[in-house]
Amino acid sequence: MRQTLAQKLVARAAGRSSVTPGEIVTCKVDLAMMHDSGGPRRVKPMLERLGAKVWDPAKVVVITDHYLPAYDDESRKIIRIARDWVREAGIENFYDAQGICHVVLPERGHLRPGMFAVGGDSHSPTGGAFAAYMFGVGATEMLGVLVTGEIWLKVPHTIVMDFDGALQAGVSAKDMMLFLIGRFGLDGGQYQAVEYRGAAIRKLPMQERMTLCNMTAELGGQTGLIASDEVTQDFLKTKTEIWESDADAAVLAHHRFNAGDLDPQVAAPHSPANTKAVGQFASIQPTLAYIGACTGAKLEDLRMASQVLRNRKSKLRLLVAPASLRDQKAAEEDGTLKMLLDAGAELLPNACGICAGYGEDVLPENMVAISSTARNFKGRMGAASSQVYLASPYTVAATAVAGRVCDPREFLR
Amino acid sequence: MKAWVFGDNVDTDVIVPGRTMKFAIEDIAPHCLEAVSPAFSSEVKPGDFVVAGRNFGCGSSREQAPAALKHLGVAALVAESFAGLFYRNALNLGLPALVCNGARRIRNGDALEINYDKNEIVNLTMHQTLAFEPIPGHLMQMVRDGGLLPHLEKRLKCRTTS
Repeated sequence: MRQTLAQKLVARAAGRSSVTPGEIVTCKVDLAMMHDSGGPRRVKPMLERLGAKVWDPAKVVVITDHYLPAYDDESRKIIRIARDWVREAGIENFYDAQGICHVVLPERGHLRPGMFAVGGDSHSPTGGAFAAYMFGVGATEMLGVLVTGEIWLKVPHTIVMDFDGALQAGVSAKDMMLFLIGRFGLDGGQYQAVEYRGAAIRKLPMQERMTLCNMTAELGGQTGLIASDEVTQDFLKTKTEIWESDADAAVLAHHRFNAGDLDPQVAAPHSPANTKAVGQFASIQPTLAYIGACTGAKLEDLRMASQVLRNRKSKLRLLVAPASLRDQKAAEEDGTLKMLLDAGAELLPNACGICAGYGEDVLPENMVAISSTARNFKGRMGAASSQVYLASPYTVAATAVAGRVCDPREFLR
Repeated sequence: MKAWVFGDNVDTDVIVPGRTMKFAIEDIAPHCLEAVSPAFSSEVKPGDFVVAGRNFGCGSSREQAPAALKHLGVAALVAESFAGLFYRNALNLGLPALVCNGARRIRNGDALEINYDKNEIVNLTMHQTLAFEPIPGHLMQMVRDGGLLPHLEKRLKCRTTS
């Protein structure tokens, strides 16, 4: 039977030669990732109640990113529990204040094509960019994985998003996702596997592919997948197996687009599905530009913003929270960070920051912001009266320079 | 008992705001759905139902979303569809999430009764019966046990006694 990439990955984890969409299977988990918010502080008391131990500490990765920097007693306690628990549980894969989990995980070599992984965060489909089946689970479900090493799954159908051609300069993976979410809605992915294919996808660097799979969460897919190729191998600095769909495997839907036709996209408050081309928003004048999060502040994202901001000044308050410490160092070394700072950017810690709305600094009442993050739900990033427009790092940077929502292509000609 | 009706795409940031995530569930629950229904958390009664349109619970993986609803005594959730991650979280906490094509026919304040044997929602106010999709068998036992944690507790106990 011809199989999709999703079916092949699930079949391997279920110990089967093939699986059929819709059937319920039990999969062995190769990797379980947790962060400080949904991780140790939630699973530790449940493990104690069961008197159970972690099934395989070598397969668990813990990364602190949500309550950093800790700013009050509660957040300090949450971080302390994470630090203490990894020691007690014998978990060596612990990354403390190194950046956001979805970026740190592959950066430290924990993902490989062919793996089956769960993450205690909704943006866990990011791992699918490495041809690994990865999806988000809640704390209790994570407990189940930690105790048994297994998880049930309804074998997904595959929805193919096929982008031919090549993106224009100033248009990015973020624009592709905002476009798809606008077109198909927040439940367009139907909790199935969304596979990104086509010439335009093959041309994307790894971190841009991660943005596609990351925002599969907002598209409502269980995971986003991209077949592995030489770009994957170069990023991982190792020769890995090629995992891809069989050419004629049956899929639920196959949508075809020409990447070259795509304009920069902007999503208006309060939904990532409120998307239109950037030109429709020229009258919007934000007061804050935010470049942050796993979705929008990886090294590639910082480079996009710097291409626009180079030798220009931001008219808006411009905040940049690089997604990982390693990406920040790389941006320092290649001059990207200097271009951002010279344009007037303020540098924030390598953490989830304002995107999650968990910290001290959140958006005040009535603030209008443009952000490279993934979600603009009401009240998510601060006051319920704040208005967040989502866009690519290029468009956020162009807006910062122009003082109004602006097409970045004007600056890149 | 009473139905509390919400719209499409109710996200987890609206169900439980991020700024409350550092607290315990009893301190999160008073903020449940406050952005769209300020009276909900104080007026909802144990045994009430939350009814919604499409994609209820979209957004983050935070389990505090279904946990807050359960803490407030919500007996079951009824929607045209649920976000997949939220659906798993609700069942893992022992909170039934019922997929019902006719969910939109339920009006705010209608009195409901759920018959799990027949997979039916009885609208006592409207004298209507609506079918819901049965919860898959392997999950229904877990829901009956009160969620994944008590379910695992039972399984581990069986293993040690046998």
